[in-house]
Amino acid sequence: MKPGSFQYHSAKTIEQAVALLAEVAPMDGRVLAGGQSLVPTMAFRLAQPAHLVDINGVEGLDRLAVEGAELAIGACVRHAAFHRPVIAGPLGAILTTVARHIGHYTIRQRGTFCGSLAQADPASEWCLVAVTLGASITAQSTRGRREIAASDFIEGIMTTVLEDDELLVEARLPVPPDDTRFGFVEFSRRAGDFALAMALTSFRLEGGVIHDARLGIGGAENTPRRIGEAEAALNGQPPGADAFDAAATAVAAALDPMEDAGTSAQYRRELAQCLARRALESAAS
Amino acid sequence: MTDKHDLTLTINGRAHAVSVDARRTLADAIREECGQTGTHLGCEHGVCGSCTVLLDGVPVRSCLMFAVQCEGKAIRTVEGLAEGEELHPLQKSFMKHHALQCGFCTPGFLMLAVGVLEREPDISDEDLVDALSSNLCRCTGYANIVKAVRAAAVELKAGP
Repeated sequence: MKPGSFQYHSAKTIEQAVALLAEVAPMDGRVLAGGQSLVPTMAFRLAQPAHLVDINGVEGLDRLAVEGAELAIGACVRHAAFHRPVIAGPLGAILTTVARHIGHYTIRQRGTFCGSLAQADPASEWCLVAVTLGASITAQSTRGRREIAASDFIEGIMTTVLEDDELLVEARLPVPPDDTRFGFVEFSRRAGDFALAMALTSFRLEGGVIHDARLGIGGAENTPRRIGEAEAALNGQPPGADAFDAAATAVAAALDPMEDAGTSAQYRRELAQCLARRALESAAS
Repeated sequence: MTDKHDLTLTINGRAHAVSVDARRTLADAIREECGQTGTHLGCEHGVCGSCTVLLDGVPVRSCLMFAVQCEGKAIRTVEGLAEGEELHPLQKSFMKHHALQCGFCTPGFLMLAVGVLEREPDISDEDLVDALSSNLCRCTGYANIVKAVRAAAVELKAGP
């Protein structure tokens, strides 16, 4: 259980990091941020990168700030930064709830928000947050910077559109109106384990009916995604059992869940249906 | 292919000059290069928490970091808890409340608990259980570990 040999590079600036990546990416070089997924993978020798570019010392990447209507999250912001609300209002509160479900306390002290996005594990809480809330992701390389919508960013299981020489430097979450309601529910077999499914919802109430409904499911399919059919079943309806059941039923109908040795697709489908309803009830309460 | 790095690891306030491959984990360097074998290695892939140490006051899994990343950081291990013959309040509390049996996981639990209580002295019961769920113990069933840490928290807050 020891990682294989690699060459270690430590960057102090973003420019230096992307220059190093441009040099070593073609020789199987990778970024080392929190390392809480990469290093175990290396210990199993499932990953044997020839080079690691450590970005932990890059100045400014730990930046977490509200800029206009967005929450900007730098590449080295740890999960634990969200243990307390990072912004007043409903967004800060829901991120706190979500963060508690990520791995364990010690893992959360090192692992990073952006690292989770780049890893794109189907059971990643932050990937679900990014996709459901419409995050924008900034990638940088020596060829320049580009913005990628979260929904376009994740291509499949642990696969993103990031090029090998690109560094995910920042993710930005839109700050929702203060009357936005959120609900997040996750199920895993034991504390800190990977989610078998999770649901995140947000909506607003106007004139007693639901507006701007978002409902995302993670952990069930290869990638997290919003379920449009469920959102359509919510918008314009008063919050309550009828609308929530209709949305949850729409989730079950829309999903094409993953299967593994311990969990059938049908189990995940029913689990996601249940979690969607609970997340909506939590948001409404 | 090797990638040797000469660096200084500061463990419990003492500087250790080491020469390690980049692939050397912090846990292995603490044990093998620095001879501080109080830090235990269980799973070596970030699941069991036996290798938990404090890095600049933050509890981390030392098997998931490379030694080369830790130059200039203040590393604290279980050897640094006692002051001479006087055990740390958490160590005493673990003894008093039978929070260990075989003892393999104990250094990790102690460093986790010390780190959590130093950072969050007013931690709620719910958050404490969540934090302690980071580490595995196959002997105690956890209840006595929670009891010991809770009791030590009260004592640490009251002061010496």
